[in-house]
Amino acid sequence: MNWDAMLPLFILASSLVPGLIIFTLPEEAVRTRVTLNMTGALIKVALVGFVIWGVLNGHHYETRLPFLPGLDLVLRADALSILFITLSTVLWLVTTIYAIGYLENSPHRSRFFGFFSLCVTATIGVALAGNLITFVLFYELLTLAAYPLIVHRGTEESHRAGRTYLIYTITGGALLLVGTVWLYGLAGSLEFTHRGFISELVESHRSALIIIFTLLIAGLGVKAALVPFHGWLPQAMVAPAPVSALLHAVAVVKAGAFGIVRVVYDVYGIEFAAGLGVTLPLAILAAVTIIYGSLRALMQDDLKRRLAFSTVSQISYIILGVAIVGPMATIGGLVHLVHQGVMKITLFFCAGNLAETLGIHKISEMDGVGRRMPWTMAAFTIAAFGMIGAPPLAGFVSKWYLGLGALEAGQDWVIFVLIGSSLLNAAYFLPVLHSAWFKKPMGNWPAERSFGRMETALTLLVPPVITACLVLLLGLLASAPFSALQWAQFITTLEYAP
Amino acid sequence: MLMQNIPWLVMMIVLPLVGAMFCFLFPQRVKLLGLITALVIVVSVTALASQVVEQGALRYAVGGWGAPLGINLYVDGLSLLMLLVTALVGLAISVYSIAYFNQEKSQHFWPLWMLLWTALNALFLSADLFNLYVTLELLGLSAVALVALAGGANALGAAMRYLFVSLLGSLFYLLALALLYHSFATVDIAILAQRIEATPAVWAAMALMTAGLLLKTALFPLHFWLPPAHANAPAPVSALLSALVVKASFYILLRLWLEVFPLPNAALVQFLGLLGSGAVLWGGVQALRQTRLKMLIAYSTVAQLGYLFIAFPLATSMAWKGALYLLISHALAKSSMFLAAGNLQLFGGHDRITHLDRVAQRLPLTLAAFALAGVSIMGLPPSGGFVGKWLLLDAALRTGQWWWAVILILGSLLAAAYIFKVIGHAFTQAEVPHEEGEVSRMMEWVAFVLALAAIVLGLIASWPLALMDIGTPFNSGVAQ
Amino acid sequence: MNIAFFYALTGIGLFTLGLYALIKHKHLLRKILAINVMGSGVLLVLVALAARTQNTPDPVPHAMVITGIVVAISATALALALMLRLCETSGRAELPDEPME
Repeated sequence: MNWDAMLPLFILASSLVPGLIIFTLPEEAVRTRVTLNMTGALIKVALVGFVIWGVLNGHHYETRLPFLPGLDLVLRADALSILFITLSTVLWLVTTIYAIGYLENSPHRSRFFGFFSLCVTATIGVALAGNLITFVLFYELLTLAAYPLIVHRGTEESHRAGRTYLIYTITGGALLLVGTVWLYGLAGSLEFTHRGFISELVESHRSALIIIFTLLIAGLGVKAALVPFHGWLPQAMVAPAPVSALLHAVAVVKAGAFGIVRVVYDVYGIEFAAGLGVTLPLAILAAVTIIYGSLRALMQDDLKRRLAFSTVSQISYIILGVAIVGPMATIGGLVHLVHQGVMKITLFFCAGNLAETLGIHKISEMDGVGRRMPWTMAAFTIAAFGMIGAPPLAGFVSKWYLGLGALEAGQDWVIFVLIGSSLLNAAYFLPVLHSAWFKKPMGNWPAERSFGRMETALTLLVPPVITACLVLLLGLLASAPFSALQWAQFITTLEYAP
Repeated sequence: MLMQNIPWLVMMIVLPLVGAMFCFLFPQRVKLLGLITALVIVVSVTALASQVVEQGALRYAVGGWGAPLGINLYVDGLSLLMLLVTALVGLAISVYSIAYFNQEKSQHFWPLWMLLWTALNALFLSADLFNLYVTLELLGLSAVALVALAGGANALGAAMRYLFVSLLGSLFYLLALALLYHSFATVDIAILAQRIEATPAVWAAMALMTAGLLLKTALFPLHFWLPPAHANAPAPVSALLSALVVKASFYILLRLWLEVFPLPNAALVQFLGLLGSGAVLWGGVQALRQTRLKMLIAYSTVAQLGYLFIAFPLATSMAWKGALYLLISHALAKSSMFLAAGNLQLFGGHDRITHLDRVAQRLPLTLAAFALAGVSIMGLPPSGGFVGKWLLLDAALRTGQWWWAVILILGSLLAAAYIFKVIGHAFTQAEVPHEEGEVSRMMEWVAFVLALAAIVLGLIASWPLALMDIGTPFNSGVAQ
Repeated sequence: MNIAFFYALTGIGLFTLGLYALIKHKHLLRKILAINVMGSGVLLVLVALAARTQNTPDPVPHAMVITGIVVAISATALALALMLRLCETSGRAELPDEPME
């Protein structure tokens, strides 16, 4: 039995199997469900740790199964996948704890956790995909698995959000598919290769490659909330907080951004993409998204919607890093993939806490909440400062490298975008912090629930605290071995010609 | 060994025929007899499959008299694939029908269903045009009778219309056959393939045959009879019709085009592709507008049949395989959908889509079956529908005929729209309790297993594709 | 131009007339009759055009025609039974209108 070939499948199975079992459980089987969820999450963390250890010791983990004529289904743990699966796995563990607390006593929990597990399975599949067709398969699975989570509450509003989500993501998936098939017809292979695999085609099929690139980016940009494909994301906020946390930090948007990373580096290769002239338009689109997202965030009073537009803006940092041709920018983009995930999930956890404990949904209701829920707001503060880019937090590291990369590549205008968006971030986060800590509460909270001496339930409190600590550590220990930054630097060395 | 000496070809036709007779003669035991026949047929098709895989395409002369005077039976990869799908779906429908029909209806259902199965098997094994005509007629008559089984003015009217359409199509076919026999003095397909030339009589025959078969396959705009027939029939019958019966006439068309009529005709194939596109778009749009679930599923069949004809202008071996893959995936997925709809209708007493939520949430397994089947219909991975769509897209983009790719994508988007229209109802806050009808777990499981099979078909693509190559049906006179 | 050719033409003529009648008439019995006329036309063509050798008639098409007649009879029987049942339930001997939805 070739364990090295089976390991990627086991990683997938660690969330797929519990998920399928959970579907069959009756609503009242709380203990069984919690056990399955937690066991699956812990096993997955263990397996990912094992993979990291194995890769460092020279193991090669790859599963290859025949799928279509001439194309295999390939799951491979390369450096980029490991970056993403580590992020997903750790955050899934934390979100599972949070979700168990958040959804206590609400209806349809078995259905929820079943699809929740399927979402994570699909995300891991996206991360481990070793060629474009495997990527597409799990990408579309993610589309399907996330829909029931968005419409979970069953209200009119949820269904409208669900419909919008489907229109965007299914159309995006169709564009992605057409691009993939076309590319396969031209290139004869879809395996992700460092520095891309289209080098022989650049001369003969220039315009075809440019159109394919546009199709692929459009398809991926829907999930990555690139303007103008971002419309579904703010509406999807109607879903329960664990869903927003997972979708917006780990699963759906990251899958889109990750796909763009793969396409630019491992399908086209950064030098060839630049040669085709597609990187500059992509960078401009990312920059527009960054500014537009921040501006829209400024105008929102609903807390989750503000965070949603912030996500729209922040994910494009990754894309910007990818589109600027230079190793520093690549490092910045890749490391932001991890940092943004951790920061955003913290923010959504806190928003969920405010909603569940005090019934707060709007920023205008947040006056003085810092006194009532100090731990939650402390986590929120750390994450918010990270988003703004204040040292020594995680967000600062990413923006620093992006700035350096822009200068290195001669794209000085990007600096202005970075500064401008940081100012906007401050503009829409600092007032929130100010009213939470320094204003007096206006009266009674909209809908208060008491949890005894604790400010809120333990399962709701611990996750954001953990992730906030991660935000601190990722920034402070960025130069330590095995930090996200070090890993990003390692990946970058593989993607650029020596 | 004994297994090799039995002519499994012949058993495939004889077994359901004998089963039909027994079902007719012993109405008290009809369910048991029917189930036994179904199981024996499945065993026999497995034996035939192992024979074909070992020995390649097989030819059998009935009564020892070969062509051109006798009747030949012929099985290659293509026929084997159709027989396998028929057996799989047939077994599932048989199990379902045991629970679905009451004793009185069963006595009429089972003999007719066995005759239908005989006709299907014989059709897939025929090697000459006239035998195909006879099996086609048998197929049509038993299908019409099965539709009428539901009783009620709607079903009877739909059955009557279906009968006229079926007979009309067969008569066109027979006229063409007369012309071909007059020109070449044979109706055997293999011999005709060698003798064929491009004369006016042959053009006329081709046009007539194609027209008749298009009518039977319900290709847009000749599809008008299909939605009422498939929607008003009892659920297992709808499943049979959409999954298998309409595919039989397509199979004949495919055989004729691949072997007998490979004449240069660029405009004609583009025209067929155009009609297919019309079916995809029109069927999809009409499906969206329906208020009854079974009508929605029936229009979905119209749309999905359109995909099959897009392979004609593409005409590479991969394109044909893609169309066939869509055909078999659709057989599994669509039968699952109709059975799921049958469950919902039985439980709720109606099949109006807007009131579906109260029923759907009480039958989660049925809804899961519908959703999984929907994944294949939409062509999303992993599913058989995705594999077929991929192959067709690949062929379209490689041959530079990108407009067919656009149609394929639009069709998928429309399918997503009408599938999610139904599935969305599973996630509403329906609290109104509903009186329970009788839906046994077996019926739910059958629908689910069929849908699962459609998904699994997307993961094991290499085997059916390899099967299709036995006897190389796609290489005669067609560009690679 | 031998006599068989004229029979064939007649057959085709019957076929066309039957097709016209099938489409035009609303009453089910007329439609059934139209189908029968078409069937007879096709069978006539088959008999007339049958010839593999010049002088002796070719029995193969004759066998086909006999089979065809049997099929036509069964089909007509089914059609008539269906028509009667439809008349009973709906009161009219016509196809119901195409469903508008």
